[in-house]
Amino acid sequence: MIAFLIKRLMHAVLVMFVISVLAFAIQDNLGDPIQQMVGQSVPESEREALRERLGLNDSFLVQYGRFAKNAVQGDFGYSYFYREPALGVIARHLPATLELVFAATLIIVLLSVPIGVYSAIKPRAVLSRFFMGASIIGISIPVFLTAIVLIQIFSIGITVTLFPESTGWGAWLNGLLSTQGSMPSFGRGYDLVHVVGHWDTNMASWDGLKHLVLPAISLASIMLPLFIRLIRAEMMEVLQSEYVKYARAKGISMRRVYFVHALKNTMLPVITVGGVQIGTMVAYTILTETVFQWPGMGLMFLDAINRADIPLIVAYLMIVGVIFVVTNTIVDLVYGFVNPTVKLTGKPA
Amino acid sequence: MTLKKTLLASLIGATIAGGALLPLTASAETLRIGYSADPETLDIHEQLSGGMLRFSHLAFDPLVRWTKDFDFEPRLATEWEQTDDTHIRMTLREGVTFHSGNPFTAKDVVWTIERLQESPDYKAIFEPIASAEAIDDYTVEITTTEPYPLMLNLATYIFPMDSEFYTGETDSGNDKAEIVKAGNSFASRNVSGTGPFRLTDRRQGVRVDFERFEDYWDTETEGNVSSIVLTPISENASRVAALLSGGVDFIDAVPPNDLERIRESGDVELIEVPGTRIIGFQLNEEKVEAFQDVRVRQAVDLAINQQGIADRLMRGFATPAGQFSPEGYSGHNPDLVPRYDLERAQELMAEAGYEDGFTVDMIAPNNRYVNDAQIAQAVANMLSRINIRVNLRTMPLAQYWPEYDTRQSDIAMLGWHSDTEDSANFFQYLSFCIDDETGAGQYNYGNYCNEEIDALVTEADSVTDLERRNEMLREAEAMLYEDVGFVMLHWQNLAYAAANGVDIEPVVNAIDFPYLGDLVISR
Repeated sequence: MIAFLIKRLMHAVLVMFVISVLAFAIQDNLGDPIQQMVGQSVPESEREALRERLGLNDSFLVQYGRFAKNAVQGDFGYSYFYREPALGVIARHLPATLELVFAATLIIVLLSVPIGVYSAIKPRAVLSRFFMGASIIGISIPVFLTAIVLIQIFSIGITVTLFPESTGWGAWLNGLLSTQGSMPSFGRGYDLVHVVGHWDTNMASWDGLKHLVLPAISLASIMLPLFIRLIRAEMMEVLQSEYVKYARAKGISMRRVYFVHALKNTMLPVITVGGVQIGTMVAYTILTETVFQWPGMGLMFLDAINRADIPLIVAYLMIVGVIFVVTNTIVDLVYGFVNPTVKLTGKPA
Repeated sequence: MTLKKTLLASLIGATIAGGALLPLTASAETLRIGYSADPETLDIHEQLSGGMLRFSHLAFDPLVRWTKDFDFEPRLATEWEQTDDTHIRMTLREGVTFHSGNPFTAKDVVWTIERLQESPDYKAIFEPIASAEAIDDYTVEITTTEPYPLMLNLATYIFPMDSEFYTGETDSGNDKAEIVKAGNSFASRNVSGTGPFRLTDRRQGVRVDFERFEDYWDTETEGNVSSIVLTPISENASRVAALLSGGVDFIDAVPPNDLERIRESGDVELIEVPGTRIIGFQLNEEKVEAFQDVRVRQAVDLAINQQGIADRLMRGFATPAGQFSPEGYSGHNPDLVPRYDLERAQELMAEAGYEDGFTVDMIAPNNRYVNDAQIAQAVANMLSRINIRVNLRTMPLAQYWPEYDTRQSDIAMLGWHSDTEDSANFFQYLSFCIDDETGAGQYNYGNYCNEEIDALVTEADSVTDLERRNEMLREAEAMLYEDVGFVMLHWQNLAYAAANGVDIEPVVNAIDFPYLGDLVISR
């Protein structure tokens, strides 16, 4: 166990090192940060002085050496735009992203397990076919489109005049399909509850929750179909296995067979995939957060790219790398608990 | 008896005063703004940008400000007088206080001008000023190095700062007045101005909160906004959605694709203002020999259908241009209009011996100006009709400027807004012969050079008789038009939208700084 954790820690360090080298290597292609910092009529001499002060004229090795020396001491540089340490900026934006990812995960877990299990048990039911069809559509719609459609329907509202308004049934159908739209379409709202440090939560007030709903749904929309299909496929496989047949033959109630014996083994691969996907979801927040102006890391990162805020870009990439390593480690640990036959250190048993 | 009379008089007085104050206090309104960007910093001299100037108009007041028709309106300066060729004397408003409580006097103006001269972004603009001196508490005398006709234009950039507040040392021993770009200076975190709104909270990139300054000097304004919440929403579609869903009351930079949608929506109002930013192309004479021939340059200009681009591509969201200066500017010459004529263009190409044309590279940004990449594409297609084959490359802003600075491409797109809201600025940066010593022609991508025009504009800049000066600038525009020193396309319009009842029309202007202190909300 200890050996495993130490090994993973070294992984994390290696990942950070590789990412930082890569990020530094491409920084010249990210654009000129000076251009974003000065007015249009500032003469070249002033620009050059600023470039010199920020150390942008030094060679790659000198710049990287300086960065690495500071990074080892926990200083990841200074964001040009926020005018404060990059790590602090990320820490400030992290809670918003984590809350969003948490809410989306919650939606995925609460929906995918029952739907997946149901459509495995009753593969021919109309509802199962509907879920399968819907999940194919869901998987192919890009997240920003989902987000914009959600905003149009639930925030702005749509007026349907498809049916003749003069007839009673037409007006009724029009009314049924039209939406008022009152959900907030951007930001985290003004009613946040402070928890600790940089963490203000959306989850403790009605207004906060309302702001969270649409972004969480659109973020969940990419992963949900995937998990429904995954759980369904795994469950169907498990239901064919010998031990399930044996349990049924023994006369154990179907309920118990499905939800105690079969589901346990279904969830094993789902946990592995799920852990990796949570890491991916942090990356997907870039799109969701941009559309909803959700002030988390994703939006911060996209803005940083537009502003060529190189220290912040480098720090973000490294932190995301660490998040991947950490989630994978946790997944492996959890997997070990769920399935004790797996040896963490990977030594032959 | 006298006591009674006094009492009565003061009662009446109080009633009148109360009545006058009533509209202010009775309808406290919060304005929720969704701008495309929030102010980069709180130090108004750290960066010259649209976002910063908008912030300056909220938390500070300029000495004078532009009206919608490009006249000057007194703010902290009430009167001004050109005492001789190089001296201007300004009388300042009395009874003005800063947000910190310090009184506003002439020493603050002097201090601010001196700080502007230190600012990397403003230094060049304030070069003509030799010195500023406080004659008494409410009189300032500004001396220019040479006769300078644009002193009032500069005064629109002088937002007096609270000199007492910004003087001294911070706990860590730094000078409170220092200007540090992208650094953690005192002035970038703390603010004290005289403006209509006091900053109460700021989370960069997330939101900025303002409250109306209770001791604001301008008690005659009908503006009734009591607090402002500014949320930056950079994504165009999200900004429009935020307004349509009622999440914000006022947005800027409505994208052309959404203009129709907003016009048709009954709940919000669209305000379009003709802008002052000229969009055009620069032909690189260094790289392409053909562009040194005035006939080829004219052919390029004639082959481009400015009206068509403005109508179809920009959906009426632009004013086709034949010159730098938009209407209202001193040098605007009403005779110079776009002259699309494809046949004549083909003839000119033939005359110049380029009947078969040639192949060129073109670069354009794809996220800087409205529809920039599409415009470049359209222009490339138009040029193909005079056999100029264009290889177009478009790129995001952050990469565009470094590419632009190398001057390696044959044609480049550029948009320019005159910092002084004056015509001469366009020439000095875009068409003057390049001179690294003086910084002239800093954005003259194509190395175009016409010394006659340069001489005329330079002379105009020392003529304080504004009528004669305007005449000269109009002449310069006409010469550039003939010589095609810059391929003009259009002035990009500005579009704002606001919820019904938020009456933005009177407070928005072509310079893109809404005067929100005067905004009236009636719901």
